[in-house]
Order: sequence, then C-alpha cells, then structure tokens
Amino acid sequence: MKVMGYRLPGMSSLILWGLLWEIVGQSGMTFFIPPLSEVLVTLFSVIGTAAFQKAMYETAYAFFAGVFFAITIGIPTGILMGKSRLIDELLLPWVNMFLSAPLTALVPVLMVLFGFGMKSIIITTTLFAIWIIILNARAGVMQINRSLVEMARSFGATPMDAFVKIYFWAALPEILGGVRIGVIRAVKGVIIGQLLISIVGFGALFELYSSNFLMAHFWAVLIVLFALAFTISEIFAYLERRVAYYAAKR
Amino acid sequence: MAMPQTKHAFETATDNAVAVRNVTKNYGETEALKNLTLEFPRGELTSLLGPSGCGKTTLLKIIAGLLEPTSGEIEVNGKPVTGPGPDRAFVFQDFALLPWASVMRNVAFGLELRGVARSEREDIAAKYIKDVGLAGFEASFPHELSGGMRQRVGLARALSVDAQVLLMDEPFSAVDEQTRRKFQEDLLMLVQNENKTFIFVTHSIEEAVYVSDQIAILLPRPSRVSEVIRPSGFRDKGVDNIRRDTEYLDIVDEIWASLRSYVE
Repeated sequence: MKVMGYRLPGMSSLILWGLLWEIVGQSGMTFFIPPLSEVLVTLFSVIGTAAFQKAMYETAYAFFAGVFFAITIGIPTGILMGKSRLIDELLLPWVNMFLSAPLTALVPVLMVLFGFGMKSIIITTTLFAIWIIILNARAGVMQINRSLVEMARSFGATPMDAFVKIYFWAALPEILGGVRIGVIRAVKGVIIGQLLISIVGFGALFELYSSNFLMAHFWAVLIVLFALAFTISEIFAYLERRVAYYAAKR
Repeated sequence: MAMPQTKHAFETATDNAVAVRNVTKNYGETEALKNLTLEFPRGELTSLLGPSGCGKTTLLKIIAGLLEPTSGEIEVNGKPVTGPGPDRAFVFQDFALLPWASVMRNVAFGLELRGVARSEREDIAAKYIKDVGLAGFEASFPHELSGGMRQRVGLARALSVDAQVLLMDEPFSAVDEQTRRKFQEDLLMLVQNENKTFIFVTHSIEEAVYVSDQIAILLPRPSRVSEVIRPSGFRDKGVDNIRRDTEYLDIVDEIWASLRSYVE
C-alpha cells in the first residue's frame, strides 16, 4: 500500500493496531487488556524462565510430531484418493465428515483410547491438520493433465515413477496450500489437546495465567504462539510462491 | 490410385514396422474401431486422416500401448504389443511437458525414466535440443516458450529416446498456421534423414497429403479404413513445389470428395 507516495512495508497496519492496544491498555478501561508495552516487558521476563521453556518444548514437540504425521500420512492418502476411484469412494465420506466434525468433542474419546499423555495430544494435533491436507492433495491430483500421465506411461514410467515424478509435482501447489492451512489448524489442535487432555505446555500456561488473572502473562504467551503460527504459515506461503510459476500453467 | 514408386513398392512388400490386424475397440456399447487392419511401412510416414470421431487418435493410442484393444493384435517389428515400449515414442497434441521442469529435463525425461545416468542423458538431450532449433533455451521453462517451441521440446523428447516408431497425435494442431508450415517442412526433412517410421494423426487434408508417404482414410460409424492412398510423384520435387503439384492438388480434392459427406 502507498500513503502519500511512500510505499509502506508489509503489515504496517500492525503498528496502528498496536498503538490502539496501548491506548486502550493505558486508559485502564478493563483489567483484561493491559497495555501492550507491559505485555512485551512481561514477555521478555517470562521467556527466559524454565517453566516457559519447558512449556515451549512440550508444545513444539507435540506440534511438530502431529504435523509430521498429518503430512506424511495425509499427502500420500490424498494422492491415492485422487488417483484411484475405489479408494476415493471408500475414504471421501470419512474425510469430509472429519473435516467438518467438531473435533474438540472427540478429544475425550481419544483420552479413553490413548491415555492422558503426549500420545493423545499428538493424535489430536494430527486430527486437526490432516483432513484439509488430504482434501487438497486429492484436489491437486484430480486436476492433473491426463496427457502428462499418458506421457509418463508411454515413456515407460513405473507406477512409483509416476507417483514421485508426475503426481506429486503436479499436485504440489495444492498440497502446499493444504499443508499451510493444516499447520494453522494444528496450532489450534495442540492447544486444545493441552487444555483438555493433560494440562501441559502452553495449554497449562494459559490455564495458569487466566485463572490467576495474570493478563499480561496471558497475552504474552498468546503473542508468542501467534508469532510461531504466523512464521510457519509464512514459510509455506513462501514455498507456494516458489511453485506459483507453474501452478497457473498446468 | 497412382502407382507407388518402385523403391516403396519393394519396401512395403517386405517390411512393415507396424502392423495392425483386425483391431476392434469398444467403449461399452459404442464401437470406436471395428475390425481395422492396416500396415505401416518402415521408414515412411503414414497419416491417419479422417473426420473427428473416426477413431484415429484411439488407433494411435492402441499402437502406443496406452489403450488396450477389445480384440485384434498390434505388431511392432514383428513383436506383439502388450503395453508401452521403448520401440515407440509419442508426441502429444497438447505437448505434455512437465511445467515444473526446464527444457533440458523435459527433453531428457524419457531417458530419465529409462534409468540413463544424468550426464549421459543430458548430452543426448542437448544434441536433440540443438537439432530442433532450441539451442540456448535449455534452462527455460515451458511457460516461457511459444506453442511452436513447446512442441519442438515434445519432438526432441520423442527423438532423444531413439525409438524406431514415432507416434504423433495431431502434433501441429495447437500451433499457428505459419509455425505449422515450418513444422511440416521440418517433418519432411526428419522423415528423410532419420531412419524412423512415423505415424501421424491429423484432421487436415492438405497437411496429410503434404507430409505423407501413405495416407489411410478412416471413416466413422463404425470406424474403418476406407482407403489407403500413396502419393508418389511429388515427394522428391522439394518442399516448395509440392503445394502446386497437380498430383498433390488432385489427391486433396479426391480426399475431400470422399470425406465431405461425413462432415457435419
């Protein structure tokens, strides 16, 4: 965006919203919103503490493990669904159901099945992320140009060659889009898991801070979480732009 | 039709690169091809010409091994066809290039699938990229090229696997008229210089007569070969003289006369 001939850097609007936050906080309108400056000071004092780093580690571990399974299971499943009518007919109703299902309501069932530990949290995270990844990989494969597949076959491609050298790359723009949305949903999944299953990680911090009305702490953790989710999502957005040169020309 | 040249007559008597025998292809109730028999002399270009829906692309894909016939058999160099094989290479109407790969990788892709080592296949690819006139574009991507250049990439890919039989599915239909003329002239050179058998699907009568040693006219419902024409007199007169040769003009008129009633 340009203002009076100056090109503003991306996300300049954040400064405006930050100012508004500071004003509302300073005015003492509600204890729920402390000034942004206070939140930031708290953030830097909290970030070095052992409790925070432990929470950070627990959350990151569950998050990355969950996302890892969502990607490594989701992408091949989606590609197979796009390739095979039979597999698609079998799985699509379930994928659509779980995509729109209130997964939070399923968490107690997971606790019964997998216990109260890290395992359940990772599975929750995977469940939040995987469905959109499957659907996008499937959509990517379904729009594939048939003659690319015929071309590979006519030059003697094995099914594995076709999978790795044609289907994956042809569907990559959609796959990356799905992973990006899946990762954002995984952030939600990991926190919900930590709140509902066992009070660990950032979930425990949220619980602790909000029940003790430590709002500055609460917001500080939220900012850290937002920054992490945003960074990861931007990495995938960057990768998406890297393949955009052929996404429109398939 | 006119008598074939003696050289051709001798070759056809002894040597067919591809033979199609009693091939039938049904899609459910629909008969795409019915009891079709056709021979393709080695080292020559045979066109499959006919109105749309006459099954010419179906026949080409059956020869390629991409489709299975309902009954009948295909032989390439005397061996029955059961699927795609290294003795045949396909040139696609829509080019079928990998949009995420450079010209170099696209041209070398057939060799890559055959497990040829990278440096070796890139050497071969570089030669054919040069042959089709795309030297300097090795690192370009398909979307940076014009339609004509893209089909040159598709052609170079087919040539680089060094198959004896080249199957071309309306290869010039997606390029502009002037580029197409240039392609047709280049194709004549190619047939002359490479010792390969070309099977060429087209819906353009002029194109078929211009480039072919043999033209198979296919008629629809049910699809069959109605006639095989072998132009003989004008092939050696040079690319510039073919279009005003009387035999060329007569054959074009004759084919149109027989196809006219099938065109909606």
